[in-house]
Amino acid sequence: MTLLTIEDLSVHFPTRHKVFVAVNEADLTVEPGEIHGLVGESGAGKSTIGAAVMGLLERPGHIAGGTVSFKGEAISGRDAEAMRSLRGAKISMIFQDPLTSLNPLLTVGQQLIETIQFHLKLSDGDSRKRAVELLDRVGIPLPDERIDMYPHQFSGGMRQRVVIALALCSEPDVIIADEPTTALDVSIQAQILELIKELARERQTGVILITHDMGVIADTTDKVTVMYQGAVVESGATEQVMGNPQHDYTKSLIAAVPRPTLKVHRFPQLSYGGRSIEFHIDDLARNWQKPEPSKSGTLLKVENLTKTFLQKGALIPSRRKYFKAVDNVSFDIRDGEVFGVVGESGSGKSTVARMIATLYETNGGKITFDETEVTALSSNRDLEGYRRQIQMIFQDPYSSLNPRMRVDEIIAEPVKHHKLLEGAAIQHRVDELLDRVGLGSEAGRRYPHEFSGGQRQRISIARALATQPRFLICDEPTSALDVSIQAQILNILKDLQEHLGLTMLFISHDLPVVRQMCDRVGVMRQGQMVEVAETEELFANPKEAYTRELLSLMPKLEGLSTEGLKDEIV
Amino acid sequence: MSDQTSQSAPKSMFARAWDSDFAYNFRRTPVAVGSAFVVALLVLSAIFAPLIAPHNPFDPASLDLMNGFTAPMAANEFTGDVFWLGTDDQGRDVFSTILYGMRISLFVGFSAVLFAMVLGITLGLIAGYVGGWIETIIMRAADVQLTFPAILVAMLIFGVAKGITPIEHQDKMAIWVLILAIGLSDWVQFARVVRGATLVEKDKEYVQAARMIGRGKGIIMLRHILPNVLSPVLVIATISLALAIIAEATLSFLGVGAPPTQPSLGTLIRIGQGFLFSGEWWIILFPSVTLLSLALSVNLLGDWLRDALNPRLQ
Repeated sequence: MTLLTIEDLSVHFPTRHKVFVAVNEADLTVEPGEIHGLVGESGAGKSTIGAAVMGLLERPGHIAGGTVSFKGEAISGRDAEAMRSLRGAKISMIFQDPLTSLNPLLTVGQQLIETIQFHLKLSDGDSRKRAVELLDRVGIPLPDERIDMYPHQFSGGMRQRVVIALALCSEPDVIIADEPTTALDVSIQAQILELIKELARERQTGVILITHDMGVIADTTDKVTVMYQGAVVESGATEQVMGNPQHDYTKSLIAAVPRPTLKVHRFPQLSYGGRSIEFHIDDLARNWQKPEPSKSGTLLKVENLTKTFLQKGALIPSRRKYFKAVDNVSFDIRDGEVFGVVGESGSGKSTVARMIATLYETNGGKITFDETEVTALSSNRDLEGYRRQIQMIFQDPYSSLNPRMRVDEIIAEPVKHHKLLEGAAIQHRVDELLDRVGLGSEAGRRYPHEFSGGQRQRISIARALATQPRFLICDEPTSALDVSIQAQILNILKDLQEHLGLTMLFISHDLPVVRQMCDRVGVMRQGQMVEVAETEELFANPKEAYTRELLSLMPKLEGLSTEGLKDEIV
Repeated sequence: MSDQTSQSAPKSMFARAWDSDFAYNFRRTPVAVGSAFVVALLVLSAIFAPLIAPHNPFDPASLDLMNGFTAPMAANEFTGDVFWLGTDDQGRDVFSTILYGMRISLFVGFSAVLFAMVLGITLGLIAGYVGGWIETIIMRAADVQLTFPAILVAMLIFGVAKGITPIEHQDKMAIWVLILAIGLSDWVQFARVVRGATLVEKDKEYVQAARMIGRGKGIIMLRHILPNVLSPVLVIATISLALAIIAEATLSFLGVGAPPTQPSLGTLIRIGQGFLFSGEWWIILFPSVTLLSLALSVNLLGDWLRDALNPRLQ
């Protein structure tokens, strides 16, 4: 019997100027034991469907049409009290951020027991026993002891397990998991997805798995529904949709996914919904002053780099506690290559980038750029020459541009600071850069909030190019972006290397992306550089156990259609 | 959606401001519109007091002692003159003294808040961005300041200033000392809020980007961080304005503020309280009502501003 049926569901958010249609006549069904993936880019309306089913739509959003039924009985349009008995009891939800889903002031046991008693009406002793069982079931070691701990005493992955245990308290028939693994590292992500799969199989629970990640969809779900701007564009068995997509949007989405096993020259330009952009980095090369290549062939050399952070301050130096974020890291980057650094969160990869960018001071070791020892330069004036030649592209396109500055001021700032050009020539350079990254020079008169995430990241790139640097540091430049936008940005970066001869340090946690972008890769773990190798060599023959582990956790995506990629495969 | 907006031509500043969600929210909040109207009315009538007021209460030539204690809207028994809000013991028109008094109250209020704001923002920015022992000194000084009631601090400063100024300059200096006293007792909340906001902003990537370019601390603080920490400052400034006006009135009422030659609303209330029980109620009532409406509407405006600028409530 079908657990959950969604028919012609429409959700509207009336705003001041118009009614925003978040979900437009969507259909979806969930069978017992089935994991149904709901995939789409940001703004596609996938989370809104989850919220609508749970009755958690935020005002002024409301269900404008269609029905949601649970086991054949309509539940949409019920009053709040009736919804409450169903929500949490028969349908549970798992949210993205495990930290904010748990109450930090209560032990996990208190939270579990309260929920169990509310739903199952068990005695105190039985509830506690049941809570321990649940913690054990979701893979928390020593559940007897850990039940009395507070959420902050658990790691991110463990916390998400607790959240899942909490969702299981009422023995629900349907679980809605909204991006349950997005905030987690790959290794933990794999474990959590495995747990969800097991639970679905063993308890015959139906699961709606909302995600933007094609890898998660391909590896975890039985069925998939693809959404685009509030509407369902394609739905079917996962293998079928991923391997042989019918709709143009699905095709373009799948083509934009970086593959771990194939290397492409450029990602195919998306043509769906008029979102393809024109950028002309090659035109930029004509006015580009390329410096003499460094004699040794090595542009940046990092030797025994170390960084410690104060963990616990104290008046007496011997009582202070330090944390070694980067520990004796050495590598070098050749002129014109893209050097990747991969690692999980907390591995110190961003700290390395920030030291090279002179944003952090080093606590030991040497950085040499084109035969100049940067770490020996102390004053801001001595560093000017170095800073002109390096630029950085940041992770978060929403915070990397000053919201109170106009776009042309933002791009002109480095030019003015280094006094590279004067008067009208500055405006000319800004216009040219905006043009080349596909925004058009009129974009300069606007403010950052008027642009989408991908457009902002292109503004960031334009700013980074303004001083005509030799070396670009990219710190997770696409991890906050949708997959189709990621493809655009990666293409631009590839062009920068090819046409302008830029050398890059590319920091990422995403191995398939690294494979597409980098010539050589360094793997970092807990502040140390574990392995450095040519990219193809590293993916084919990883030397270190940790590298092998990382590679094995990477989604294989073998079932994904390669249509549209054929001309680009290297 | 943003793709569309970036295609259309940029609008004029005014059209953009009128169309903004902020202006829309204002138009839709009756309390905000009402209090803004009252504030605008009072401020404008204070500014144009010389044009509006029927008499100049500071010009002894225009005063007639025979007009003393005339009740509102009643003809004086000796001269036959009629005053809207009556006259005080010296025959000064209460309406005119209120207009002129409000000028002084508002001038002191605005200047004191401006002074507190400049001081507080500067110290808050430095404390937040530079950190270290400089931050410790600034913020501990702020903590110490908060342990004394603001009015006490103001009175202390006022007393000290009075002690060191020669008697013949005291009346002239009084207003400036008042501004200094109220401003110095009020900078702490600006410094605290700006420091907090600066700590949040300085870790954002646009500040990192400016540092990478090689921008110095001063430019980063002024051009990058300052414009992004101003919205909470605006809210505090509005609420501080009401508090500063009340503080000035309190000091003047206690006799340590504006001198009788330049009476503010507080001074008028002090003068009026002497006649409260002898039947001349209008001398104290009308200045009090003016002070109340001014402080209340500024406060309501500040409340609305706080809600409108708080993204979590939108």
